[in-house]
This record gives sequence, C-alpha cells and structure tokens, in this order.
Amino acid sequence: MSKDIKSNLLKYKSLLGLVLLCIVISIITPRFLNVINIMNVLTQVSVNAILAIGMSFVILTGGIDLSVGSTLAISGAVAATLIKSNGSMVMALVVALAIGALIGLLNGIIISKGKIQAFIATLATMTIFRGATLVYTNGTPVSALPENFMLIGNKKLAGIIPMPAVITLVVLLIAWYVLNETRYGRYVYALGGNEDSARLSGINTDKIKIIVYVICGIMAALSGVIVTSRVGSASPNAGTGFELDAIAAVVLGGTSLAGGEGTVVGTIIGAMIIGVLNNGLNLMNVSPYYQLIVKGFVILLAILLDKKNK
Amino acid sequence: MEIKKPLLEMINISKSFPGVKALQNVNLKAYGGEALALVGENGAGKSTLMKILSGVYKKDEGKILIDGNEVNVSGISDAENLGISIIHQELSLLPNLTIYENIFLGNEKYSGAFRKLDKKYMKEKSTELLSKIGFKIKPDTIVKNLNVGEMQMIEIIKAISKNSKIIIMDEPTTALTDVETKKLFEVIEKLKSHGIAIIYISHRLDEIFQICDSVTVLRDGKYIGDAKVKQVSKDDLIAMMVGRKLDEQFPYRDEKKGEVLLKVENLCYKNKVKNVSFYVREGEILGIAGLMGSGRTEAAKTIFGEYKKSSGDIYVGGKKVNINSPKDAIEYGIAYLSEDRKKEGIVLNMSVRENMSICNLKKYENSLKRIDKKEELEDVNTYIKKLSVKTPSPAQLIKNLSGGNQQKAIIAKWIMVSPKVLIIDEPTRGIDVGAKKEIYEVLNELKKMGKAIIMISSDMPEILGVSDRIIVMSEGKLSGELSRKEATQENIMKYAVSINN
Repeated sequence: MSKDIKSNLLKYKSLLGLVLLCIVISIITPRFLNVINIMNVLTQVSVNAILAIGMSFVILTGGIDLSVGSTLAISGAVAATLIKSNGSMVMALVVALAIGALIGLLNGIIISKGKIQAFIATLATMTIFRGATLVYTNGTPVSALPENFMLIGNKKLAGIIPMPAVITLVVLLIAWYVLNETRYGRYVYALGGNEDSARLSGINTDKIKIIVYVICGIMAALSGVIVTSRVGSASPNAGTGFELDAIAAVVLGGTSLAGGEGTVVGTIIGAMIIGVLNNGLNLMNVSPYYQLIVKGFVILLAILLDKKNK
Repeated sequence: MEIKKPLLEMINISKSFPGVKALQNVNLKAYGGEALALVGENGAGKSTLMKILSGVYKKDEGKILIDGNEVNVSGISDAENLGISIIHQELSLLPNLTIYENIFLGNEKYSGAFRKLDKKYMKEKSTELLSKIGFKIKPDTIVKNLNVGEMQMIEIIKAISKNSKIIIMDEPTTALTDVETKKLFEVIEKLKSHGIAIIYISHRLDEIFQICDSVTVLRDGKYIGDAKVKQVSKDDLIAMMVGRKLDEQFPYRDEKKGEVLLKVENLCYKNKVKNVSFYVREGEILGIAGLMGSGRTEAAKTIFGEYKKSSGDIYVGGKKVNINSPKDAIEYGIAYLSEDRKKEGIVLNMSVRENMSICNLKKYENSLKRIDKKEELEDVNTYIKKLSVKTPSPAQLIKNLSGGNQQKAIIAKWIMVSPKVLIIDEPTRGIDVGAKKEIYEVLNELKKMGKAIIMISSDMPEILGVSDRIIVMSEGKLSGELSRKEATQENIMKYAVSINN
C-alpha cells in the first residue's frame, strides 16, 4: 500500500471504523438499518456525545474532567425540583446550566491557580458533588415532572427526528466554530500542544484552562437536563460512570490524551461508534455484560492503531 | 605504502520524507583515530545522515560499511551494538533522574545475589567520568536542576561511557563555555588516541580547524566534497557550504540612536539576578555577554514577566511598568525569544502558520470573534518571504522544518506583533552560516525601524560583530559595559569571569 494512501486512511480511521462497523452489523442483523432504529441510536448517543464534546475541550488542553457525571446528576436534580415548584422552563434551564458552569469554574480554579493535577482535582469534585446530589434529593428521585419539561428529551421534530439529537447537532456546530474559527480555539490547541510556549506567547493559560472546565461543566449540566427529561425523573445516581464513556468517545475520535491534537467531529464519531456498537450488540441479543468487554477491546484497538500511526 | 582503511563508510545514501528529499547519494568516510567534521547549512542533511547512522531513521538507499563489512542498522540498539553512539542536538536526558542514573540508563550495574542496583559503583564511575571532563558536580544531582550547557556535558559522558568506536557529536559545544569546550577537545584527543572515529557536526568553523582532521561538506541534501582540514581555508569551506563566498559574515550598520525604550533599575530575582541595571535605546542592539549561569536568561525572563521579580523597577518608554506575566510584557511592547526553541518557542504539532500567527490573532479577529484566515495567511506568507523561511507551505507542521527555519519562523512571529523592544536569547544557536547572516540582517532592519534589541549571546564573534554596545554579566551581577569600539574577546572574557564585590 503506497505511503500516501496509508497515511490518509489512518487519518480518517475513526470514520472508516464507524462505517465498517455499520456495514458489519447490517450484514449480521437486518434490524439495524431502519429509520426507527437509527433514530433510537441517535437519541441514545446524544447524552454521551454532548458530554464528550465538553470533555474534548478539556482533554485538548491536556487535562481531564472526572466530575461530569456528578455535575449531570445535580443539575438534573435542581432542574427537576425547580420545574416542579415553579413551572418556568427557562428558569430551570438557566439555573441548571449555571450550576454546571459554577462546578466547572471551581474545577478550573483548583487546577489552574491551585496547580493541582486535573485527575485528582476532578476526582475530588466528582465525589463532593455526588454527595451534594444525595443531600439535595435526600437520596430519592425527583419524579412526576410536567409535560413541558418532558418535551426536551422526548419530542420528535417532524415526527421522527429526536430533540436530543438536534440539541447535539447545535452543540457540535457551536463547538466546531469555537475550536476552528476563533482565537480561543487556537489558544486551546496551543496550550495543549506546549503550555510553556503558549504562555511565553502571551496566552493567559490560566484563563483558558478555567474556560474549558466551565464549558465542560455546562455540557454536563445540559446532559443532566436531557437525561432527566427522557427518564421522567431526576435520580441521585444519574450519570454514574458517564465520565468514562465520554473519555472513551474522545479517545476513539482520535484526540490525544496528552493534549493539542484532535477534533470535535472526531469525538462525535467516537460517540457514534460506542452507540452503534451497543445498539448492534443489543439487536444481536448479546448480553449487556459482554457488551462491556467488547467496548473495552474496541477502545484498546483504537489506541493501538493510534500508536502505530505515530 | 599501505593506505589506511576507513573505519566507517557511508555510500550513496538517500532518504526522503513526505514532500522533502532530505539526502541524495551522499558519501562519507570516517577513519579511526581521527575527527571528521560534517558541515553544511541547515537543511543540508547532516542531522538526517547521522540519524540514519545511529539507527533513528532507516535509509531508503545506499550502503553502510564498518571495518569494510556491510552492516544493517535497523534500530538504535543495532547501532549501539555496532559501536555507534550519538549525542543529539536536542538533549535526550531524563530530567527526573539523577546524573548517574542517566549515564547508566540501560546499562545499569547490579551486584550481589539479589541483583541489587550497585549505586556505589555507578556513582563512583560517574564521578570518574565527570572529572575526566573536568565537570565538578555530584553524580546524584537531579538532571532537571541543571541548565542546558550542563546537560550537554552529561550527554557527552553518556556516549563516552558506552565504549563506542564511532562517536557522533551533533553541535556539541553550542551550550558550552570556552573553558568547557577546551576540556571537551582534550577528551576528544584522548578518544582519538584510542582509535575512535569522531564525527563532529558543527557550524563553528574555528573549532573545526582546531580539533578536526578532515571535513565533509553537504549542501541541500547532496554531497559536495571533502578535504583535509590542513589543506583547506575557512573561506573555501564557507564557499563549499553556501555555494558562494561570504564577504561579510557580520553585517553591522550604524543607525541613529533615539530615546531610551527600556530601562531596568536594580533588578533582582532570587539569587540569580542581583541588582542589574541597564538601558537600551531606539535603533540600538545591546549585546549581553557572559558565561553560562551568569543570569542573562533569568534577567530576560524576569523583565518579560515569566519570573516574578524580587525587587527593582522596569521602565518602558520612560514610564514605570508593572509586568506580571508575558501577556503584560507583550502589551507593553516587549518580545522575548527563548534560547530553547523546542521547549519554549514552538508548539510542535501545530503548523508553521499557526505558530507564526499565535501572538497576533487579535489583529485578525473580526465580527463574531471569527479569525479572518485569509488575512492571517497573507501576513504569514509575507513574513515567510521576508525571512526566507524554507517550508513547502505554511500548512506544513513546524516540527518538519530544520532548526534554522524554525528559528526564523519564531523571529517572524515576534516581528509580527511590532514590539518596541525585542529580547532575543541566543539568536543563531544551531543555525548555519547562511541563515545566521539573514538573521543579523533582520536584526539590523529592526534596528533601522527604531526598535531596541537586546541580544543575549555566548557566541563571541557574533556579539562583537553585531552589537552597538555590550554589557557583561557574571554570576548574576552586571560586571562590565563596553562600547563597540572598546570591545574585544579578551576584555569581554575578563568581565565574564570576574566576581564583583
């Protein structure tokens, strides 16, 4: 295989992987490739996709955010409580996103000014805010949510296209724009590529770090609202373990954990790969326990292929 | 009469990278007991050729013979087993380990039944090797606490400790002082007397005439020729390297000096910078000379806001300013080009264009916070042309450029923000003769435009050739100031080694 073709193939490996996966699954089970199923996949993928987009910003700077699951839970819980007591959609949404932003701010400050490693800092906040959610909800789910709130997670535009997928698309477009067309996007890549060079070039690296964690927090809060809406109640255990799927999506999409390299489009493809895989295995009646093993192997494979490219 | 056989022969070596023909039919012969200089402008292919020899790259075509036998060097351990050792231009020590751990990396000594690490032996052997070079330092010092020059000495000791037959030194003296260089040459003579072949890559022609026996010249990836050092002149060599005779190596232009743009008063930073005061005017190049460890870089970084000053005042254009970060410094019109471009100058996996425009993005921002990429590209292309940055396109990853062209790209980056004061730390380190001159011309242009330039340099001829005024630092203090007329290598050195009371 000529060198040029090989390097191009590796560049698009995530997309190729996704396409290959879809082909293989459609051959094995004819139930995969129909509109209703695809729409289901899109819905199921949306929450992880939104989390993963937020996570991309953080990982691009060389950091990581383990607290997204807890942020998801507390934002969902607060949104649910507010909508029940107040009825105003706007207020519930705004407050939920604000909570996500504040948790992100806290993470960002601890990591940049406090100079504490991201892994440890967000491990701590993950625990704190999971506890906070349990305290806030008294350990019980907040249910019986009004109609208007349920629309976010369940409405279908034109009867088919699920709302969460639309929201994901909007988030993707905004994220893509910020990372590719604005100078903040460049600063994110520069910071992840070489923090010393970035700082010596006059970039306020502390500020950029704080901003990416705030973005990640907001995305987690948005996911919390969607999850709560889809399920119909806000569970204090919502989002547990979601950070791992988000990170997996980012890595499968070709973003380097060291920072400085990767795209949000790649992340979406990564999220799709996970979603399609889960869906395919379900349709094939594979036990969900085996699904975890398969998912783990896919992630390993993706990282090995990435190393080989380098 | 028996003709001496070469210890190493590289025949018709070719190597290409995507879009670049790095080497085409290059030949090289090295003899045991001799030092062969490998010279050429940046991008000539010297580092690539040596990386092939040392197993880092695989050649596309050609043969390598050691002692007359063809060998296959398919990896770094192959090369080491064949007795080939290389000291790279980019240092490869592990910063979190100690000196002796770095020296014995991969060759650790064990003792006793339990195969315990024989730290005593390794420390003693390391001390022995260190004293061979005259480097007085404890072998259990952590490497990251050393500065660039000291790290390079350790690299050399590492190679020497592996008992190699062929030792390649890629710009070994760039960060060494004259004293250390002399010691290095003594060691090289010792190695020669043991029949070892040394391949010495350097831009410092004076050194080559001192220590090397023969020289091979490359240009643009091609083999130009070789000669015995005794039979060739410096001008001849330069002509072979650049394909033209350089009549003026250090262009100096006398410009009208204007107002004081930057003044520093009693600047202190920890124990590295002690009460340093100086000023620089419009249209002036102020050279800062001194030995390694004299605090020049620390002073520069303190002015630039990377380090927090302990005390002292900084005035820009007559006004006292408070600089707490590089961002502040840039806003006041100060630019700083670091001596370590890989670590502090460039973002390796970004393109040339992205690296060049990174300080200037606010200028290209239009409505909706969008970067006008067309304007950005125009600016970048203008400066690529102005500084003759050799790159297939602005989209090329900067890590694929040669060292000299990377440096030019960074200089362009800073010029693009139109600073009032440019502090440049070792401007031509690791850069070939032709590109050096281009950089001096750029500095002269900036001088003419009324900028103030502070040039920190350990290259004596450079400081003497290009500066309007020279100050000398020694052990954190300002030890002397010389006008261009007064300055000579001797009196700069006198100030550099003196300790003020």
